[in-house]
Amino acid sequence: MKRSNEPIFWSLFGAGGMLAALIGPALVFITGIAVPFGLIFKPDTMSYAHMLAFSQSWAGKIFLLAVIALFLWHAAHRIHILLHDFGVHAVTAVRILCYGGAFAGTVIAAYTLLALGS
Amino acid sequence: MNNRRPYVRSMDGWWKRDPYFIRYMAREVTAVFVAAYAVLLLVGLVRLGQGKEAYEAWLQALTSPLSMVFHLVVLAVFCYHTWSWFNIMPKTMPIIFVGGKRLQPGTITGTGLAASVIACLAVLFIVRGMS
Repeated sequence: MKRSNEPIFWSLFGAGGMLAALIGPALVFITGIAVPFGLIFKPDTMSYAHMLAFSQSWAGKIFLLAVIALFLWHAAHRIHILLHDFGVHAVTAVRILCYGGAFAGTVIAAYTLLALGS
Repeated sequence: MNNRRPYVRSMDGWWKRDPYFIRYMAREVTAVFVAAYAVLLLVGLVRLGQGKEAYEAWLQALTSPLSMVFHLVVLAVFCYHTWSWFNIMPKTMPIIFVGGKRLQPGTITGTGLAASVIACLAVLFIVRGMS
């Protein structure tokens, strides 16, 4: 029997879902509401200098890649199933679109983080 | 006989037939918003790599009223994701026995939600301390 590749996608889905469940609300609040509108945090929290330094540290690189890539893989897996639920049965095309999109996002994020240097 | 037309029940709107399916659909649709937020962050990262001017334009775009509305919706959806994620966790994880007794679904969900509150507060405090 051919070995299924499902466990790989399911692990990425699970990891992304868990990360989003644990810190997702805090991240959205910080990056989308509190910092842009000057609440709670210092106005320069997400300034170019700060974010550049963050993205040039290894902890920052790992964090940014984990959040962006795992969120994408999590969403890709669910959207892939969601399309089936709505009657889109072009299995191969849907897989390429969803997982391909997550893969492309991961590569772009990793490449950008590497190019930013340390 | 090729002109038989057997009755095939339509599957259109199948998920509206049962509250259980509606909750399932609500849970799965959160993924669209998770993807949107991830792409927004990815754009920010790419702009950061392109330099100060590009990054500051992205940062400036976040202060628009449209961005505010978008993020409020995303925040609500993420909170729902957290709730639903731990709500189904008793079904998605292996059964655990503690002291010979099965760990109750309510305990698993409660622990997960408590962990989320602590993790979110930790992120808020760390970011506040960082700058």
